[in-house]
Amino acid sequence: MAYTEDDLREELKTKEYEYGFFTDIDSETFPVGLNEDIVRAISKKKEEPEWMTQWRLEAFRHWEKMEEPEWANVHYEKPDFQNISYYSAPKKKDKYQSLDEVDPELLETFKKLGISLDEQKKLAGVAVDIVMDSVSVATTFKDTLAEKGIIFCSISEAIKEHPELVRKYLGSVIPQRDNFYAALNSAVFSDGSFCYIPKGVRCPMELSTYFRINQGGTGQFERTLVIADKGSYVSYLEGCTAPSRDENQLHAACVELIALDDAEIKYSTVQNWYPGNSEGKGGVYNFVTKRGICENNAKISWTQVETGSAVTWKYPSCILKGDNSIGEFYSIAVTNNFQQADTGTKMVHIGKNTKSTIISKGISAGKSQNSYRGLVKINSGAANARNFSQCDSLLMGNECGAHTFPYIEAKNKTAQIEHEATTSKIGEDQIFYCNQRGIDTEKAIALIVNGFSKEVLNKLPMEFAVEAQKLLEISLEGSVG
Amino acid sequence: MSLKDKLLSSHIVFQESLDPDSPIYDVRSEAIKTFEAEGFPTKRDENWKYTSLNSLLKKEYSIRTKTESALDFKDVKQYFIHDIDTYNIVFIDGVFSSYLSSTTHEGIDVCTMNSAINKPKYKQIIEVYFNKIAKDESLNALNTAFAKEGAYVYIPKGKVADKPIQIVHLSTGAEEAMFLQPRNLIIAEENTEVQIIERHQSLSSNAVFTNSVTEIYAGKHANVDYYKIQNDRLEASLIDNTEIEQHDNSVVSVHTFSFGGDIVRNNLNFYQKGEHIDSILKGVTIIEGKQHVDHNTLVHHITPNCESHQDYKGIFAEKSTGVFNGKVVVEKEAQKTNAYQSNNNILIDDQATINSKPQLEIFADDVRCSHGCTIGQLDESALFYLQSRGIAKKEARALLMYAFANTVLSSVRLPQLKQRITKQIAKKIGVSIGFEI
Repeated sequence: MAYTEDDLREELKTKEYEYGFFTDIDSETFPVGLNEDIVRAISKKKEEPEWMTQWRLEAFRHWEKMEEPEWANVHYEKPDFQNISYYSAPKKKDKYQSLDEVDPELLETFKKLGISLDEQKKLAGVAVDIVMDSVSVATTFKDTLAEKGIIFCSISEAIKEHPELVRKYLGSVIPQRDNFYAALNSAVFSDGSFCYIPKGVRCPMELSTYFRINQGGTGQFERTLVIADKGSYVSYLEGCTAPSRDENQLHAACVELIALDDAEIKYSTVQNWYPGNSEGKGGVYNFVTKRGICENNAKISWTQVETGSAVTWKYPSCILKGDNSIGEFYSIAVTNNFQQADTGTKMVHIGKNTKSTIISKGISAGKSQNSYRGLVKINSGAANARNFSQCDSLLMGNECGAHTFPYIEAKNKTAQIEHEATTSKIGEDQIFYCNQRGIDTEKAIALIVNGFSKEVLNKLPMEFAVEAQKLLEISLEGSVG
Repeated sequence: MSLKDKLLSSHIVFQESLDPDSPIYDVRSEAIKTFEAEGFPTKRDENWKYTSLNSLLKKEYSIRTKTESALDFKDVKQYFIHDIDTYNIVFIDGVFSSYLSSTTHEGIDVCTMNSAINKPKYKQIIEVYFNKIAKDESLNALNTAFAKEGAYVYIPKGKVADKPIQIVHLSTGAEEAMFLQPRNLIIAEENTEVQIIERHQSLSSNAVFTNSVTEIYAGKHANVDYYKIQNDRLEASLIDNTEIEQHDNSVVSVHTFSFGGDIVRNNLNFYQKGEHIDSILKGVTIIEGKQHVDHNTLVHHITPNCESHQDYKGIFAEKSTGVFNGKVVVEKEAQKTNAYQSNNNILIDDQATINSKPQLEIFADDVRCSHGCTIGQLDESALFYLQSRGIAKKEARALLMYAFANTVLSSVRLPQLKQRITKQIAKKIGVSIGFEI
């Protein structure tokens, strides 16, 4: 591309007066604070077309008028939005053709996190679009996908190369003014993934992205857009791990899924952001908006394993717009120490014969608070809508809390809705049974928790399920007295 | 002038008419401040998300009745459970009707709030119990601020109320629109037993808006049965706040039958302050037209080894709206709690709406808490089965609906009341066959 870093530097220099701030290009991190100039600068930095800049600015103007939501069952120190740097990128900005070109230090970080790029490439058959502090630095298996006409790239690339798709669908499920964090994300999103599956194509591999927060003091604002055209199928994996940090980091992502007629999207997440230490210091704030829309006969399935973050605020939702569409939500949320999670889903039935299933398993230990908050809404036109919800909570110790806040709104007489929730602890008889058969208590707990979460774990793709199972064990380590 | 302003200014006048030495003089002046600060709840309040009072607040209400009306018993007989001997406390337009009532001071006290507040012999009891259970929030506070009349029931230690007590509020429509605020206090001391039936009934097509508060204190081993019959005219709306405090081994059950009224909101709050308590909350709602019934319940498990059982059934026809907002809170200390909550609904017509929000907030680990909520239709195959045996479709539907509501009815312990409600249900679902139990 003709536009180089030098050009950008030059441009920013000349624009300095106009925007009234100074950027140290070498550090690649913007000054703290948020105003229209920063939004413009982000857009400029990403070499975005004018319509995108305007779109961001519109979002920013809405955001300015909005108030941070307080209804969630979580308590935390409100982030100071003027004390966050809204853009940070790894120093080297060039695209790499192969792994050899990637900064060895960066590769070392990946290794520490236990992800070996080449190994993954070979063994898992997974194309990994790695987002390291907001800029996509490596994309693999792109060629294989390209053959089928599948577009899998970073969103900034998509804005440049597939503007017609992005313009049509970006913000179509989560409008800019949807909520406080979605508006913020729309204004300042730094990068994210874009995926388009053409008509009738079945994506041959699990698509996967790894997000990481790596630089202190920078919030991350990912934007993901997945479009499954008529009759296509895709399984998308998202996994997160974050290194230890002492200060609170803000993560406000948006994920939009569009399943056109007869399409199916399976979106799986393993979230393991840094939850803070055992005294509740530090940890990531995870305020995520995830939503998908289903056209006729389409299906969207969300599976999530939430083990990390100091504060989680996340409701992957399905809008069942088309007739015969299906929405699914399978979730395991584990909280330990001082973690707080307020998570669940929204199923909005609009089309006829729509079906939704919600299976949510919450496990709280230590001094954590775990809430399920869900909405099942049957509109008056949604004849024969069917919903089944099950929310089970497991409590470990008497200093934690488990809460259930389901909202059920039915406006159609043919709707069939079932909601069921239970809260209990691991029975002494269950532990005793295991002990009796030579399984020590710690292992027994792991076994029981595993059984408790099985329904959800089964929905994860194979390689993820193994990882998730391990995560559960690690998250609950030492929580048993 | 908005209703709020009107209430605030009329409170000043009301206050002047009162005896400043009254044990509740200060309580009233504190309460009006709370109401002034909070105002009427709006849909922005999470607890009022599905119920709007706007249409009610627009009307011009008389806050006190100007004329006293008398009624003949034969004209209002149908609103009483008249085939059994009961104590009756009857109010006409908020004013006690000694003619229709039958009260007592023998062994137990069944009388009016007004006399309890004003007679020195009750002073101590009023100071100990009045406004101690009710939460200090807008509608309760509004009622407290104007608290003057209502039912007062005191069952001393070891006594059993020999007859059920009926509390009946009648409104005659003497005013074009009437705002009523009855205040009831029920005290059941250690080892007591009492059954109470409460009813609000409007006799004309003039609007009535009632904001009622009932405080129930159940001492150790007390057994309180409370039945609420809500089958009012479509011009009448009711906000019923019932606040209950229970102590060791007490059993309190509240049955709410909502068949009538325009907007009916039931705030039913239980606070468990002892061990081995059982709290029972049951309700049947059958409504149609544009009726709106909202059940907002709270069971606060504060102490260990207690139970609570909630069972709410609803049948919604035409454009009616049903709301169930049930909350169970289990505190950290409340180990071995057994809390059960169930809400089942049937939608008859396409424009009927149900909003259900069964919530659990649990802080203790050794508990068994569950809730279930369903929305569905009558079972087609069951309907077919009945029809194939020669029962007409309408009757078959009625039978199934009756069976649906029967889990609530089965725990009604007064046979005459049960029969009465059964008849009302049959009428409501439009069949004439009598159900014999």
